[in-house]
Amino acid sequence: MPKASRDIVVSNKLGLHARPAMQFVDVANQFKSQVMVHKGGEEPAEADGKSVMQMIILAATEGTPLKIDAQGDDAETAVNALAQLFEDKFGEGE
Amino acid sequence: MKLKDFIATNAIVAELQSSDRDGALRELVSSLATSGALPDGTADEIITALIKREQNGSTGFGKGVAVPHTKHPKITKMVGVIGRSVNGIDFAALDNQPVYSVVLLLSPENQPQQHLQAMNIVFTNLQKDMFRRFLRQANTRESIVELLDEADQGK
Repeated sequence: MPKASRDIVVSNKLGLHARPAMQFVDVANQFKSQVMVHKGGEEPAEADGKSVMQMIILAATEGTPLKIDAQGDDAETAVNALAQLFEDKFGEGE
Repeated sequence: MKLKDFIATNAIVAELQSSDRDGALRELVSSLATSGALPDGTADEIITALIKREQNGSTGFGKGVAVPHTKHPKITKMVGVIGRSVNGIDFAALDNQPVYSVVLLLSPENQPQQHLQAMNIVFTNLQKDMFRRFLRQANTRESIVELLDEADQGK
């Protein structure tokens, strides 16, 4: 099973609050691959990238390191699309 | 952070009268205002902001729960309230199911960490089947407060 992963840092000021969490899950659900998100830093945690509740529970603030892991035929594309959301600051502009 | 650090227990509504989302939001914000948990004159603005937030995307995340939330410049400390509906509310939830438990959160501006921490503790509990089941069955304010106590003690 193909795997892909990417290390990113939460860069939008408001962190991974409900709206970005939902946006992430919406994109994750466009892919067949399993998506896991691992939170680093002082309080490590992990979430199913296709569960809104689990993603909100990560409470990832600005500056939090995250690792996106995907497993499946479209893992590489999924990871690219998901990492792009963080690069775009979820459309929040800051 | 614990639930009772920000849930205004004397504003909890054990039986919401409204069966529609906007009505339920009004009931909960009015209850917060009556209990003295809101700055004077902010209730209407807060209701409008909560409705607008829902229109941008439902906070009914599934499993019968909704977590409507907004920020307000006059709110200086995170405050929340819980409402329970016997017959269910149409919240346009992600799973298209009615909502029986509403946890409403109001945050200060420029405190994203506090907001995320509150969301973390709320959803950590809402994810638990037992917590959701007990909350749905708790038919008095006292029994809901008791449930919060138990959750805060990690039971």
